Amino acid sequence: MIGIVGYGSYLPRYRIKVDLIAKQWGADTEAIKRGLMLYEKTVPGTDEDTITISVEAAKYALQRARIDPQKIGAVYIGSESHPYAVKPSATILIDALGIGPHVHVASYEFACKAGTEAMYVAYSLVKAGEMEYALGIGADTSQGAPGDALEYSASAGGSAFIMGKENVVAEILFTNSYTSDTPDFWRREHEFYPRHAGRFTGEPAYFKHIHNAGKNLLEKSGLSPKDFQFAVFHMPNGKFPQEAGKKLGFTKEQMEVGWISPWMGNTYSGSSPTGLSAILDVAKPGDKIFMVSFGSGAGSDGFIYKVTNEIDKVRDLAPKLRDMLDNDKIYLDYGEYAKFRKKIILNE
Amino acid sequence: MISPRYHREIPQRYRLEAGKCKQCGNISFPPRLVCPKCKSKSFETVQLGREGKILTFTIIRVGPDKFSKETPYVVAIIELNDGVRLTAQVSDCDVDKVAIGDKVKLVFRKIQDEGKSGLHCYGYKAVLT
Ligand SMILES: [Zn+2]
Repeated sequence: MIGIVGYGSYLPRYRIKVDLIAKQWGADTEAIKRGLMLYEKTVPGTDEDTITISVEAAKYALQRARIDPQKIGAVYIGSESHPYAVKPSATILIDALGIGPHVHVASYEFACKAGTEAMYVAYSLVKAGEMEYALGIGADTSQGAPGDALEYSASAGGSAFIMGKENVVAEILFTNSYTSDTPDFWRREHEFYPRHAGRFTGEPAYFKHIHNAGKNLLEKSGLSPKDFQFAVFHMPNGKFPQEAGKKLGFTKEQMEVGWISPWMGNTYSGSSPTGLSAILDVAKPGDKIFMVSFGSGAGSDGFIYKVTNEIDKVRDLAPKLRDMLDNDKIYLDYGEYAKFRKKIILNE
Repeated sequence: MISPRYHREIPQRYRLEAGKCKQCGNISFPPRLVCPKCKSKSFETVQLGREGKILTFTIIRVGPDKFSKETPYVVAIIELNDGVRLTAQVSDCDVDKVAIGDKVKLVFRKIQDEGKSGLHCYGYKAVLT
C-alpha cells in the first residue's frame, strides 16, 4: 500500500475581508461576495514566505508521520512564490527539519498546481521503490495586482504530505493528469504581478482541464461520483470549484468539507492540497476522496485516495485545518495589508 | 555582508542545536567550547524543545534602520521548558497585550533580508500559544 503517511497544513493568522479591498477600489462588495463567493483571505506576516509556511506545514506532517526525518529521500516544494528566483526553497527546509543532506530536492512551478506536482512525484518515487519516504509540499504567498480581480483571492498558506509504504493514512489508488498549452495566466521574469486573460481563465482553462482530468480519472478507476464521501477541486475562488464539481457529478455535501476558499482565499499551490488536509482531519477509515488540482498554463492533476484505519491514530497529533482557519485571526485594514504585501513604495 | 556568519549559525538558528556538557549536564545555547559550570570541554549536541515562557520583554518603538518599518515589536527573553534561556522576537502579537509568563513556542520565520538582492535570513521567533 502506497500513499500519505503524514500530512500537515499551515495558515498565517492575518486576514483581510474582501469588503475592505472592494471599498478601496470602489467596487461593489455584494457583487463580489455573490459572484466570487469570497468573504476573507489569509495574508502572510511580514516575516512569512513560502519557505516558512512550508517548514511549519512539513513539521506538522512529520509529527503525524512519526518517522525519522533522515529517512526522507526527496523533498519537493511546489509554489509560484518561491522567495528566490535561483536557490531551491527546500534547501532551507531540509536544514530546518533535520532532513538530509542525503536527499534529493527541487522546486516545482506550475502556477496553482505546483503543489500536486510535488505530491505526484513524491508518490511516484516511493512507488518506484527508490526511497522509503518522500515529501511533497504546496505553498504560496501569492500576489494579485492592486485593484485586479485576483486581489480578492490571492492568499497565503500551504500543506505538506509525506508519502510512504508503511502506516499509510490515505492510500493513493489512482492518478491522472491533463495538460495543454493554454495561455490563461502568466508572469514574465522580473515582473512583480502576474497577468491573466480575464474570462478566458474560466471555460477554456480551469473548467476544461479539471473536467477532463476528473472524467478520465473516474474512467480509469471504474468508480462513479457516488462512490466518494469527499471531493475537492482547485479553489481560485468560492464559486468555480462548486461548478466544476457539479459538472462532474459531485454534490455540494461531498464538496462541503474541502471547500475552504470563501474564508481562506486562493492559496495557489496550497489550494486543493489544503482542502485535502481539511478532509483528512474529519474522514473515516474506508472513505474515498476525489481531488483535482488546476494550474494555469495549463494543467490538472487528479488523485483518488482511500482513507485507512491509521487516520484515527494521527489526526490529533498536529493542529487541524479548520481550527487554523476559524480561530486566532488578526484582521488587517487595507493600509496594513498594503504594507504587509510590500505594495507601498518606500525610500531605500 | 553577513552571509558566512549566517551560514555558520544555521544549526542554532534553524534547529536550536545546543551543547550538553557530558560531565555536568549543563546545556549551553549557543554551544560553547568550555562548559561555564565545570570547565569540561566535552559536549554532545542536543536539540532544544520549542516551548517555553516569557521571562521578560521590551517593546521596541524606535527600531534600528533595518527594522524601522516593523515597529512596534516585542523582543523577549524566553525560558524554554528545558531551562535554556534565549532572546527572540515575539511575532504575530498585539504588543500591548504581551505579558511576563505568557506561554510561547518557537517557530521558523524570516529574520531579515540582506538588502534588496542579498540573502533572506531565517531563524526562530516566538509566537504566543
Ligand atoms: Zn559541565
